[in-house]
Amino acid sequence: MNKISLFLSAAAISAFALPSAAFADGTVEVLHWWTSGGEAKAVGELKKSFEAQGGTWIDSPIAGGGGDAAMTALRARVVAGNPPTAVQLKGPGIQEWAIEGSLNDVDDVAKAENWDSVLPPVLAEIMKYEGKYVAAPVNIHRVDWIWANPAVLAKVGVTEVPKTWDEFNAVADKLKAAGITPLAHGGQPWQDATVFEVVALGIGGPEFYHKAIHQLDQASLTSDTMIKVFDQLRKLRGYVDEGFSGRDWNLATAMVMNGEAAFQIMGDWAKGEFLAAGKVPGKDFLCAPAPGNGYILNSDSFTFFKVAGEDNLKGQKVLASLIMSPGFQETFNLAKGSIPARTDVSLDKFDDCAKKSHEDLTAAIAANALEPSMAHEMAVPRTVRGEFLDVVTNFFNSDQSSADAVQALASAIQRVQ
Amino acid sequence: MTNGGTPRVAFERFVERWLPQIVVSPLFAASLFFVYGFIAWTVYISFTKSGVMPNYSLVGLLQYERLWSTPRWYVALQNLFVFTGLFIAGCLAIGMLLAILLDQRIRAEGVIRTIYLYPMALSFIVTGTAWKWILNPTLGIEKFVQELGFPDFSFDWLIDPHMAIYTVVIAGVWQSSGYVMALFLAGLRSVDDEIIRAAAIDGAGPVRTYASIVLPIIRPVFLSSVIVLAHIAIKSYDLVVALTGGGPGYATDVPATFMYSFAFQRSELGVAAASAVMMLVTVMAIIVPYLYSELRGGRK
Repeated sequence: MNKISLFLSAAAISAFALPSAAFADGTVEVLHWWTSGGEAKAVGELKKSFEAQGGTWIDSPIAGGGGDAAMTALRARVVAGNPPTAVQLKGPGIQEWAIEGSLNDVDDVAKAENWDSVLPPVLAEIMKYEGKYVAAPVNIHRVDWIWANPAVLAKVGVTEVPKTWDEFNAVADKLKAAGITPLAHGGQPWQDATVFEVVALGIGGPEFYHKAIHQLDQASLTSDTMIKVFDQLRKLRGYVDEGFSGRDWNLATAMVMNGEAAFQIMGDWAKGEFLAAGKVPGKDFLCAPAPGNGYILNSDSFTFFKVAGEDNLKGQKVLASLIMSPGFQETFNLAKGSIPARTDVSLDKFDDCAKKSHEDLTAAIAANALEPSMAHEMAVPRTVRGEFLDVVTNFFNSDQSSADAVQALASAIQRVQ
Repeated sequence: MTNGGTPRVAFERFVERWLPQIVVSPLFAASLFFVYGFIAWTVYISFTKSGVMPNYSLVGLLQYERLWSTPRWYVALQNLFVFTGLFIAGCLAIGMLLAILLDQRIRAEGVIRTIYLYPMALSFIVTGTAWKWILNPTLGIEKFVQELGFPDFSFDWLIDPHMAIYTVVIAGVWQSSGYVMALFLAGLRSVDDEIIRAAAIDGAGPVRTYASIVLPIIRPVFLSSVIVLAHIAIKSYDLVVALTGGGPGYATDVPATFMYSFAFQRSELGVAAASAVMMLVTVMAIIVPYLYSELRGGRK
């Protein structure tokens, strides 16, 4: 009895001791909140690739709240001095953490693989702190899409998606007269903000968007153009149905799918909903860029935190290199529904909407019309974004005048800077 | 006794006398540290420039100035007072009424009491979600009544920024009145029968008996109900999030959702700490005088 229990405990102890010997090609602990459906599948691809080249991947998924729970856990870990190796973090959030001194840079990998030449400059800037890369982007989402149901449009004799906001209003009035909801919308602050920034791009153009929303120039924020943006937003408020308050974005997409509504203004993750339901782009649903000749960019990325130990540092560099490799970029984005962050990956296997997105991306980079999204935490810090969201959602849900809203926005932005 | 015995006896007597305090002291110490210690930490953070992480350099009243110049905070405070006032009043009124009716020794009292108490078993998230569907104009009451043949009927409080907070009151009162009813029923049952009979002999009708005699006797039940309800109302975060998600725009924002949003979604720990301190001050300003008056009155 004694000998057996001794043997068993020795076996148990050695079982715990063994895994520490297996650090062939780096260890990473990854904190993320991609826990459902296509997103979980996509991050699973990264895990597979990482482990295929001999590394150890420790998964720390924390579901829920659009990342709130994960960010809280991250904060606790950093304060405790035990940060994860890589975190799903994007936009100015990266700089927020960099200023606190919590990040490691992977600039040596970036220089060796020449990331500067394959990433859009706007995106590259966001991934850097003080000129050095501290994060690696996995994809590019486009925010300013209009999704439409061609069958519903045919009922009022419209064959293509409107190209200006005035055309959109005309079509919407026809739809309303025919008893169809023109715009499917979910009344959540981030969705209201998405519509706001798409309208801003359309009414003021990329220049105006850049000045007002990215650079927070007070003159642009209080200009007549901004009043016109709020006017158009007020018009759109008249085109949504009564039950829009609090509706989730995918339920709004379902409304377009089922023919209950004609349009939805949403990023290309809506395409995932259509494709998952077996709809064919061009036939069952139309994807068209929103008016404005610009491109609003949203990008997910993995940020590298300050860990120590040769194994962890190696893991970070291997992960960075893997994330930016063309093969991974293709596989990941096919699963997630976005397009690769690398501009030199071929899109043969992608669907038509993705191909269009890539064409427009290239054109926008050339024309200096590529702008980061405010609603999706790419253009401004979260403190500022919060103020935008408050003003926009309050305007959308009340009968505030455009002039008052512009004043409120200007003073809110001033307050937070 | 010998010299060695006296210290030991003294020790034993010491332990016997202080045993209750010794047993409770770890819990007491933990409460002191985790509750009051962290309240102090939050107050400290509200005077610093904390953003995404706690930052310990003091900046005076900057965060409070920022807080009091945010329009959303005023909406949150107003909602807190409206919701707390109506919630407490509604629960007390309905709970008391139900308790008085149930006190009449009716036949199916056990069953009815259980039915009224059921909503309390639900979490606020479930209550919020269910009422969200019921009050949704395109899915719930409005559509139902319209289909019954009243096409002009409208009950769209849920999406009306001015009325949305009252929907939160409705859901909250529905959930908690059963609990207040149970408290009052226990109180009513503890009233001495002699007094009721004496009142009947003196010619007092049932309404007079309850209003002037029974309810004053069960005043302590009012106190405990108000304390419990006030704490539920002020802490109500899950009900607001589930029912309206902060309301059309931020019309049903309450300080609890305000604080969460600023702390965790907007990387502004300093402002969130300031709002938490304001919540504490508000609660103390109301509860402390009330407690003082009730407990002092009780000693008379």
